[in-house]
Formats: sequence, C-alpha cells, structure tokens
Amino acid sequence: MSEATILEPPLDPPRAAPPAAHAGAHDDAPHGFWSTYFFSTDHKHIAKQYLLTGLCMAVIGGLLAHVMRMHLAFPDRAVPGFGEVPAGTYNALITMHGTIMIFFVAMPVLLGGFGNFLIPLMIGARDMAFPRLNMMSYWTFLVSCLILLGSFFVPGGASPAGWTAYPPLSANVAYSGAAWGVPLWIAAVALEFVAFLMGGINFITTAINLRAPGMKMFDLPMMVWMQLVASVIFLFSVGPLVAGAVLLLLDRVAGTGFYNPGAGGDPLLYQHLFWFFGHPEVYVILLPGLGIVAEILPVFARKPLFGYRMVVYATLATGVLSFIVWAHHQFVSGIDPRLASAFSITTILISVPVAITMFAFVATLWRGAIELKAAMLFAIGMVGVFFWGGVTGIINGSAAADIYVHDTYFVVAHFHYALIPPVFFSLFAGIYYWYPKMFGRMLNETLGKIHFWGTFLFVNVTFMPMFGLGLRGYPRRTFDPRVFAHLGDLHPLQLAATLGTIGLLLFQIPFVLNFFGSLRFGAVAGKNPWRANTLEWTVPSPPGHGNFEGTPVVYRGPYEYSAPGRDADWFPQDVAPGRPL
Amino acid sequence: MWVITLIVGVWFVAAEGILLWFTFRYRKKDGVRAAYVPGKSFRQTGWILIPCVAILVCDLAIDAFGERVWKTIKEKVPPAQLQIGVEGRQWAWTFTHPGKDGILGSPDDIVIPNEIHVPVGENVAFTLGAADCLHSFWVPELRLKQDAVPGRHIQGWFRATRPGSYGVLCAELCGVAHGLMRGTLYVDTEADYERWLDSRIAAQPASQAAAFQAAPTPAPQPAPKTGGKS
Ligand code: HEM
Ligand SMILES: [Cu+2]
Ligand SMILES: [Cu+2]
Repeated sequence: MSEATILEPPLDPPRAAPPAAHAGAHDDAPHGFWSTYFFSTDHKHIAKQYLLTGLCMAVIGGLLAHVMRMHLAFPDRAVPGFGEVPAGTYNALITMHGTIMIFFVAMPVLLGGFGNFLIPLMIGARDMAFPRLNMMSYWTFLVSCLILLGSFFVPGGASPAGWTAYPPLSANVAYSGAAWGVPLWIAAVALEFVAFLMGGINFITTAINLRAPGMKMFDLPMMVWMQLVASVIFLFSVGPLVAGAVLLLLDRVAGTGFYNPGAGGDPLLYQHLFWFFGHPEVYVILLPGLGIVAEILPVFARKPLFGYRMVVYATLATGVLSFIVWAHHQFVSGIDPRLASAFSITTILISVPVAITMFAFVATLWRGAIELKAAMLFAIGMVGVFFWGGVTGIINGSAAADIYVHDTYFVVAHFHYALIPPVFFSLFAGIYYWYPKMFGRMLNETLGKIHFWGTFLFVNVTFMPMFGLGLRGYPRRTFDPRVFAHLGDLHPLQLAATLGTIGLLLFQIPFVLNFFGSLRFGAVAGKNPWRANTLEWTVPSPPGHGNFEGTPVVYRGPYEYSAPGRDADWFPQDVAPGRPL
Repeated sequence: MWVITLIVGVWFVAAEGILLWFTFRYRKKDGVRAAYVPGKSFRQTGWILIPCVAILVCDLAIDAFGERVWKTIKEKVPPAQLQIGVEGRQWAWTFTHPGKDGILGSPDDIVIPNEIHVPVGENVAFTLGAADCLHSFWVPELRLKQDAVPGRHIQGWFRATRPGSYGVLCAELCGVAHGLMRGTLYVDTEADYERWLDSRIAAQPASQAAAFQAAPTPAPQPAPKTGGKS
C-alpha cells in the first residue's frame, strides 16, 4: 500500500479526527499521513476502508446473531459473555442484527468495497469520476456507523422496532419504550443512504463515461454491469424510503400524524414506502454478489461466461421487475386482497430473469477445465446455496402459501438463504480472488478450503432447521419459545441451529488468520496470478495511484477463454489481435 | 402448498444435481482444454431459455392455483353463523362474543381477554382491530393469519373442523412482550359451546356491557375484506 501518493491537500484533521488514542499513537507519522491513510481520494484506498469497516460491522452483526441463537437454544440461562436476554433486549438484538447485516455489511462490502475497487480498474479509468465525493461518501458512512453503534448506549437502548421499523410501534415512545434508540436508528440509516447516494452517482457516471477507448458497453465485465444496475435501482428506490423515514421522524419528534390513524394517517402508508425501497434493496445486494461470481466462474473454468448478452438483459429485467414486487411483504397486512393476486404474479415472475442468470452460471461450468481454488469453491457454493433461497422465495411469493409462512421462521430461513450467498459467499469468493490485486500477496489455499467447507456445512446446519421450525408454526421475532404449548417439542431444531452458528463462527477463524497473516507471509502475487482477461490484471499488484501507466485500449469482451485458434487459453482485453501475450 | 413444493422441489433437485455433476465431471485434467462455448448463438442459449420458459409456465400454474385458494380464503367472506370481534392491544387479544341474541354490539356481549370459543364446523366471521400498534392474528393450526392495523376494521372468516384448543399468537412485532402475546382458541361441540355461553352470561357483571363500547364493532366503512379459513 506504499504507492498511495498525495493528491489532495489534507482536510482539516482535528475536525474529523479518529479516537484520540489512535491519533496519539501516530503523532510522529510522516507528513502527509492523514492524506495518505485517512483522507485519500484514491478509489482503491476508499474501497479498502469500506471493506474493512464492513467486515468489522459483520463481526458485530455476527456476534449479535450468536447471542440471539444462544438465547433461543437455552432460554432459561444467561448467554456466556453477554448475560440475560430479556424480551426488550431481544427485540433490540434482532433490529440491530438485521439493520447491520443489510445496510452496514452488505452494502459497504459489496458496493463500497468491491464496487469502488473494481469499477475504475475494470474499465481502464484512472479513478472514479468524482474522487472527492467518493471520499466524502466513506466518511459519511463511517459517521452513520458510529451513530448506529452509539444507539446501544443511550438510555432505553437501541431501537427494538425491527429492521423494518413499522409504525406505530416505531413512531411512539409509549409503545416501544426506546426514547433515543429509534430516532438514532432513523438518523443512522438516512445518513447511510446519503453516503450511498454519493457512491451510486459516482458508479454510474464512472461506468458510463470513463471507459477505456474501444470498450463498448457490451465489453464491460459483468461485475461492472451488475454494479451499474444495482446503483440505478438504488437511486430510483431510495427516494420513497427517505421520504418515509422523514415522515416517521416527524411523527416521532414533532407529533405529526402521517402514520397515526387517530390523526388521519395510515400505518400502511409507511409499509408501502418502505417496501418500495426494501425489496429493490434485496437486488441491490444480490446483483453485485452475482457480479463477483460472474467474474470468477469463467476464470477458473477457463471458459467464456455463458450467454453474456443474455445475462445482461436478464439483469436489466431483474432491475425493472424489482420495482413491482414490493407488496408481497404485505399479503396479510390488510391491503386490498385483489392487489395480492397481482403482486403474486409479478413476484413469481422475477424468478425467470434470476433463473436465466443462475442457469447461465451453471452452463459456464459445462465442459470447462475447472480448478477448485478457494475463490471458485465459494463462487460455486454461492450458486448452490442461492438456489435454496430462490425456490423458497417462490413459496413466499405465492400469496396463498405466504399466509401460512409469513412471519414464521420459514421466512427467516428463506431470507438468510437468499442473503448469505450474495453477502458472505460472494464476499469471500471476491476476497480470495482479488486479494492478490488489493494487497499484492496470495492467500493460503489450504486455509481457504478449510474455511469454505466449514462455512458451507455450518450455514446449512444453522438455517436448514429453521425451515422445519417455520413450517411447524414457530413465530419470527419471538424471544421465548417456552410460552407456546405447540412449540414444546421443537427444541432439538433450535439447538441444532445454534450449534450450527457456533460452528459457523469458529470456521471464520482460519479466514481471519489467513487475511492478516498473508499480508506479511503470503507468496508475492504477480500482476496476473490467475491468468485472467479483465483490465485490473494488467496493472501491478497493488496498483499505484492512477492505476494505469498509459491508457489501455480494449479490443474484445472480458471472457475470451480457450478461444479456438490460440495457443494460450486466455486473451486479455487489451492485447491487440495478432500480438502475443 | 403441496403443488408448489412439488414444482419447486423438482426444479431445485434438478438444478443442484446439474451443478454438482458439472463441478465434478469437468474438473481440470492434464491436456484437456475447456470447450469454447460462449452461448451467443440462439441454439446455445436455448439450453437456458427453454428451461426458463418452462419455469414461466410453472410460475403461472402456481399463480393460477394459488389464486383459487387465495380467493376462497381472503376475498369471499361467506355467510357466517357467528360474528366475533377481535382486538389486539399491547399485549393481549380481546375477543368479543355475541351473547344469547347473536348480535355483536349489543349489551349482552361477552368480552374476554385471550380466550375465544367457537362451535366446531361453523363459519365464523371476525372483525379485526388494533388499539395501539400493529398485531397479527395468527392461529397456526388453522392456517389463519391476518394483520390487525390501527384505524382499520378488517373482516375475515374461518371454520374450525376439529374440536380442541389451539394457540392464538401474534405474528407482528408489537413491542416488548410481543413474544408473550398469546391466547387460546377453543373449538367446542355445539352443546359445549352453549354450556360455555350460559356459564359466561351467568358470570358476567352488568357493568361489563358498558365497558364493551370501547371494543370494535363491525365497521360500516368499506374495509377491505380479508380473513382466513381452516
Ligand atoms: C452468522 C450468520 C447469521 C445468523 C446465525 C443469523 C441469525 C439470525 C437470527 C437468530 C435472527 C432473528 C430471528 C428472529 O427471532 O426473528 C435473524 C434475523 C435477521 N437476520 Fe440474520 N443471521 C445471520 C446472518 C445474516 C446475514 C448475512 C444477513 C443479511 C445480510 C442477515 C439478515 C437478517 C435480517 C434482515 C433479520 C431480520 C431482523 C428483523 O426481524 O428485524 N442475517 N438472523
Ligand atoms: Cu401483538
Ligand atoms: Cu406482536
């Protein structure tokens, strides 16, 4: 990381200074320390900041999940290292876990981390279109993280209103009991969206305007396409949510009645605003995850991505359809039942473009020369596990079936099966694949494989029992299973899920060791350890500020592997036809 | 439900099977080069598009099938022999049974927390309200679930076919004791139901009738019709 040179004068450091202890330790840092390590406008640096912040939040979110799982398995005992979990605390735990995982892990890691790192490198640009805006995006995000985490420590504790924060519960202190937690939650989430708006504008402008000469839209790597579509979805959907959140905040602090029926409002209004954003949001997370997989499968199968154009069109279709499915979260919420029929159809239809993409991934493996490196294992695992999320989504999507499973553990199992593949499997796949480019060293493959098999096994041990729990009528967001007579004999399933969680957490240790150990002890990676075609592999690892020496010229699409008539089984995008590698 | 599970189950097994098979069949071997299959031609994409058309057909079948069930459960409220008022509040269910006169909203109504009695095999219509925040009226064994929304009186119905007692839960996060909000549905034989009604009427103090006024009555407003059945 020595290359990060100073481009911008440092901002006024005291104003945004990190914790004092930290600052003191670095007093004798060389001139330019701040601008090198903190206020860098280099997209690669911002990407790493996002990635590491997201991973730290993932640790917190994971530990919260662990506390919940321990409590559910042993409801009459204190959780080791945490203490008793009374009902109110449990509600705050689910709220914060859900919020952190979706907004403060998935988005920073997949968009802020991989998107920032890869978009300029993959299209041959020197940086993002607006580097300073990019830097501000990260710092805004960090502030929102601190506000969210701070809400654990205010009187009344963190918000207990669920990650969806439905009013009236969230709009009224008397109902929820958390005086500060909810406004802080709203502020944190709103600020976070401001950060990602800055990021999204950057992504779109960069991908469309700063492409290297010769690079047509249909020469873009899938990752760039997916980031682009995800950013567009985000931009279009976030408006209603911010509006909804502002109204909520007003209801909460100014006593307005947008959601209060007593004052002429309607709680369902919030649900529509929320899910108009909330469902597309799932695809904002899913698409970059699919993008990572789409980059990795061709490299390790030495084959072109099957049906590149078809996948692009399917992605666009997914983006459009994602806007007309939101009310499937409200089949039993009191909306007009005729609406439910319509939304049932649109919801289930979205399975078609997603299936096209998934099948294209599977077809990419067909007659390949597959090398099961850790990155590839996670990529294939992502496809395999995501199928579970997909098919169970159809069950939720059908209004009639949803009546039964809605708000049960079936839903909990479903959305974890739909979110963990793009968030965690893609994240790990991406790290195993791009770590050499990011840090100039290789990760250890053996540790990586142990990590994969442990994670894969225990994800299923954790979440498979939850389908069973849900089908037997175990309600979601319920802190004590003992109060329901009909759930008495479900304890073995709860126990299994908890043991799965413990296994899952333990198997992240090899990853952490690998990640930090390889910074020092990893084999030095060359420019292109995987013999991949895309532009990011044509620059040194890690790339210097400004990325490219000259301006690369692009001659072909990103997935020309094993093309007939060539000795080499790869053909980088910037190698002129007829020129040897 | 079974139709869907079957359809998605078959697809699922097929997809996972092919994925595994490809992964192991096409492992890298010395001297074997990957085939160049970019999937550009229509003939090649057919391998994907045709299964996806099949998925589309299955999707529509699921929708058509689900639509019928949905209509019976949620859209058509059939004539009912019994009208019941249900209200959720933090953190209890309040059930209002019509007294001997069979009319809800009259002074002989019986209001009890967390206990609902219905005769077996009869269509029961309910009017669902919420006093503070969202709740969801859920009887898992009856496949009955409907959110209760403050400001709305939502109509629904169900028919319990087997005598016994069933748990009534709340399925929408409604505050600290959400996980403790529960009641019991007693499905009685006709005779048992009459006996229970008589005993309640005898026990009911006259003042209770006045207290009832706070509980929901079937609303005249054109509320969306929603409900559930056994
Ligand atoms: C380490 C693995 C994980 C475990 C063991 C876990 C476990 C849980 C548990 C026990 C609940 C609460 C269920 C309830 O009582 O309703 C929950 C809720 C939730 N989880 Fe996870 N989770 C994990 C990872 C994730 C990830 C990666 C995401 C998303 C990216 C996620 C998103 C959510 C959401 C959105 C909720 C719902 C919160 C709410 O109801 O408001 N989880 N999880
Ligand atoms: Cu409730
Ligand atoms: Cu509740």
